[in-house]
Amino acid sequence: MLSGISLGQYIPGDSLLHRLDPRTKVIGVLAAAVSILAFANWQGFLLAALLTLTALLVSKLPPGIILGSLKSLWLLLVITFLLQAFLTPGTLLAVLGPLKISREGMFAAVEIVLRLALLILIAFLPTLTTPPIKLTAGLESIISPLRRLGVPAHELAMMMTLALRFIPTLLQEAEVVISAQRSRGAGFTTGSPARWARSLLPLFVPLFAGALRRANDLAVAMESRCYRGGANRTRMNALKFSAADYVVIGVTMAVLAGVIALRFV
Amino acid sequence: MSSIIEIVQLTHIYSPGTPFQVTSLDSISLDIKKGVFFAIIGSTGSGKSTLVRHFNGLLTPTAGKVRVCGIDTADKRQRRNLWRSVGLVFQQPEQQLFEETVFADVAFGPRNMGLTEAEVTERVHEALRLVGLDPLAASRMSPFHLSGGVRRKAAIAGVLALRPQILILDEPTAGLDPQGKRQLMEHVEEFRRREGATIILVTHDMEEVALMAERVAVLNRGRLVMEGSPREIFSRAAELTAIGLDLPAPARLMRQLRLLGKPVRTDVLTVAEAEEEIAVLLGETLC
Repeated sequence: MLSGISLGQYIPGDSLLHRLDPRTKVIGVLAAAVSILAFANWQGFLLAALLTLTALLVSKLPPGIILGSLKSLWLLLVITFLLQAFLTPGTLLAVLGPLKISREGMFAAVEIVLRLALLILIAFLPTLTTPPIKLTAGLESIISPLRRLGVPAHELAMMMTLALRFIPTLLQEAEVVISAQRSRGAGFTTGSPARWARSLLPLFVPLFAGALRRANDLAVAMESRCYRGGANRTRMNALKFSAADYVVIGVTMAVLAGVIALRFV
Repeated sequence: MSSIIEIVQLTHIYSPGTPFQVTSLDSISLDIKKGVFFAIIGSTGSGKSTLVRHFNGLLTPTAGKVRVCGIDTADKRQRRNLWRSVGLVFQQPEQQLFEETVFADVAFGPRNMGLTEAEVTERVHEALRLVGLDPLAASRMSPFHLSGGVRRKAAIAGVLALRPQILILDEPTAGLDPQGKRQLMEHVEEFRRREGATIILVTHDMEEVALMAERVAVLNRGRLVMEGSPREIFSRAAELTAIGLDLPAPARLMRQLRLLGKPVRTDVLTVAEAEEEIAVLLGETLC
C-alpha cells in the first residue's frame, strides 16, 4: 500500500548521473526545463527531447520507475490535452455534441502534452539519482550567494533536509497506524465525503501527535548537541566539480542556447 | 486439540522486483494449537512482526499458505473479516490512540463490529476492568493526558474489547516498569482463562517466555530455527546465544553454579524453581 517506492524516491545506482555533483544536476535540470518550455519549432523540440532521453538513458534507471512518474501524473496530462483540444478556436476538425475540436486545438494539445511529459520526466531525475542529503547540500550551495541579501540559505536547506528525512519515517508510521486501526475494523475508503473525512481521524490524529512529538525530540536532541546553523560549519563530504560536471553543464547550456537560437531562425 | 493457525511454507518478500527487495520470511511452516500460550522470539529483524501480521491478513504470503481459524488469508473477502476474531496489539500501541476519551477509543473496535450501544458499553467496561482501569473514570479521561503505562493499558483494552479468539501481542511489555510488565502479563493470562483464547506473544523478554509460554518458536533471519516447549528451547543455550538470544536469568544463574561445580539442575526456568534448587544446595552445605 504505502510501502515500496514512493514517487521520486532516490534509487541507488552507479551511473554517470548518480555520480554527478548535485549542483550540476540542479543547474542541468533547470536548463533542460527552460529548453522544454522555450522550444518553438520541431527542431527545438528535437533538441530538448534528445537531451531528456539521453539523460534518462545515462541514468540507467529501471524503465518502470521512469514511467511511474508519468503514470502518477497521467490525469494532469489527460485534462490538459482535453482542455487544449476543445477550447482552442480555429478550423473545425470534428464536432462532438456541444464540443468542437479544431485543427489548431489538436496541434496545441499535442504540443503541450509533449512539453509536460518531457518536463515531468526530467524533473524527477535529480531526486531519483541523488540522496536527499546531497541534494539539499547542493541547493544550499547554489542559493548561498543570496545570504548577503538576507536569505537564510543554511536554515532553508536544513529545513528541507529535515523534511525530506522524515518523509519515509512518517510513511512508515502511517502504515503502522493504518494497520493497527484496520485491525480494529477501521475502513478508510468507504462512504460519503463527510464520512470518509471522519474515517481518516483514526489515522491523522495519531500521525500528527507522533510528528509533533518527533519534532520536539529532534529540537531537544539538536540543542543538546549545541547545534548552531550556518556560520562556519564545514561538511564531511565537500562538494566538488569533476570534469564530467563541466561537460554536462556545457552540454545542457548548449542545448538551451540552441533551442533559444532556433526560435529566431 | 485442533490447530487454529496453520502455516505452510510461508515466504514473504517486501518490495519484490525493486532494488529494495528484502526476503523477510523464508519458508516457514508452523502449527499453533487452539487455546495455547505461544511465544515467538528472535533477535531484532528476524521477521517476528512480519510473521504475526500474516495472522490477521494485514500481510499475505508471497508464497505458501496461511490458514487462520480455517480461513485461507489469501482469500480477499474472508480476510476482511479476520479482524473480528484475531486481535493484534502492535508495538507501542499507545501511539495509535486518537479519540477524545479513553472510553471512545476502546469502543472504536466494538462499534466497527456493528454492535448495539449497550453491548459496546458492556464490552468496553469489561475490557477496561480487565487491564485494571476504572471504566467510569475512563469516559472522562483524554488519552493524551495520561502516563505512557496507562495509555498502553487503554490501547490494549481497545483490542481486548473485540473479544478475539486469537490475541496477538507484539512486544507488549517493552518500555514498561517491572511491576507494569507483571501486571500486564497477568491481565493477558486472565483474558485467556476467561475467553479460552489463543495467545501469541512476540517478545525479547526471556523471563516472560519461561513464565508464561507453553510453546515457543525461535526465528532467525526469517527462518524458523526451533520450536518446542520452553524447557526444550532453553536447553539449547549455545544455539540461542549464537543467534543473539539469551536464557532467562534463573537458568543463567543455575548454569553459572554448575560451572562452579555445584550439583544443581540446569533446566530451571523460573525464579521459584531456582529458589528450590538453591535451598537444596544451601541445606546440603550448611548441614
